Amino acid sequence: MEKYVTRMGDGFKVEMTEAEIQRDIENATQDASNRAKIPPLTEDEMRYLVELFKSPDNAVGVKRGNEVVLSYDSGTTKFKRANVSVSKIQSLQIYERMLGADTLELAHIDYSFKPVKPIVVFEQPILEQALLMTIPPLFYGAMPNLGLYSQPDGPCPNPADLLPKGKIAEARASYEEAVEHAVKDMVYVGSEMYESGADGINFDTAAAAGDAEFLATLKAIEILRKKYPKMCIMMGMAGEFILGMHGEVYYNNVRLAGLYPHKQLELAEKAGVTIFGPTTNIVTNRSLPWNIARAVNFAQACADQGHIPCHACMGMGVGGVPLTPSPPVDALARASKAMVELGRMDGL
Amino acid sequence: MAISHGIASGMGGIRTSGDLVARMQMTRGMKIREAKKFVAEKLKISVADVADPVVMAEVREELDIGMVNAVPRVTKGMDAKFRIADILGIEINCVSRFKRKVGLTA
Repeated sequence: MEKYVTRMGDGFKVEMTEAEIQRDIENATQDASNRAKIPPLTEDEMRYLVELFKSPDNAVGVKRGNEVVLSYDSGTTKFKRANVSVSKIQSLQIYERMLGADTLELAHIDYSFKPVKPIVVFEQPILEQALLMTIPPLFYGAMPNLGLYSQPDGPCPNPADLLPKGKIAEARASYEEAVEHAVKDMVYVGSEMYESGADGINFDTAAAAGDAEFLATLKAIEILRKKYPKMCIMMGMAGEFILGMHGEVYYNNVRLAGLYPHKQLELAEKAGVTIFGPTTNIVTNRSLPWNIARAVNFAQACADQGHIPCHACMGMGVGGVPLTPSPPVDALARASKAMVELGRMDGL
Repeated sequence: MAISHGIASGMGGIRTSGDLVARMQMTRGMKIREAKKFVAEKLKISVADVADPVVMAEVREELDIGMVNAVPRVTKGMDAKFRIADILGIEINCVSRFKRKVGLTA
């Protein structure tokens, strides 16, 4: 029986028969549909994915006319992480002129709002100078990263210490205090960068620390939206499911714990988000057909129900991209193509 | 990763009209098809051509809204964005602030 080379969620190669690929895709869409209460992929869509994984081509791409815009997280830090000795502005110019970037993002190497707050006056001149020299829209991005507000890094008692002791009320109080600090920082940094001319602010990996962090991000966005009605606000999520670390936080009378992407999007729209980034986490011991089918299914629900553009998060370990520092082209290109053509995303 | 996504699915930024389509998503909340159609109409080209680097190189040169290659006297930064704001009929934050800074507007 013929086998086709594909990969697992961790990026390692695996050979699968057509029947195995088909089975994984069917299981994945059933999983997504059951969890999020959304329609599963259609037979035609599943067939599309089977053919995609049977293709022997290394790099694949969308059909002509289906190209979308790409936005980025942590834009300027990628060069530093690769140990390429260029300045932030040079990084942006490389993205603009050599990597075909549709949008740009300036970021601090410690990519969270809390560490940016004390150095924002040093980030602003870089942004202002970059805006003079570049053409695509330029975001300033950072992560809400609520964990930084817990001791020893921050002022609040650490819920991770309190919860094992059964101090649930104290842990919740700590989360609520952290939310207030985080909102202040996000509004401050976002405001300063917008006043310096940024085209938009990117809130990356929102809700990484769970429902309290999602609340902080939504509250900050709500404030910024009122303050700057024309600001572009992009919010990329950390995961497909909001972890109930607090368990009892609400936004607009909706409990945040347990929300899947299409429900996260509803609240994002209410808060004033301009571009939403749905995220699906890779399961490393499942195949890529399984992971991509599932990610596409969640994304479709956002595209079909949402009123704002959606840019699927497709970095390492999300959106069907293998969890490995250097995702293979064959894997990433398939995820990219499927997310655009089946996921109906407005960007990635 | 950026390169792989760019080749698989990206519009190509200033190689084509990717930056312009992105601006329509950002300023007017347009979804991709609507944004591409809007940009095509403003540039007086077909929707199919908005992602064509050969067509767009000529369009960008003609409209002087920035190109990949560093051609002398072609707009390259803020000047390009002034023209983009005008052609698309949108407000660009840094352009508005620049105008206030240099006294072009109050």
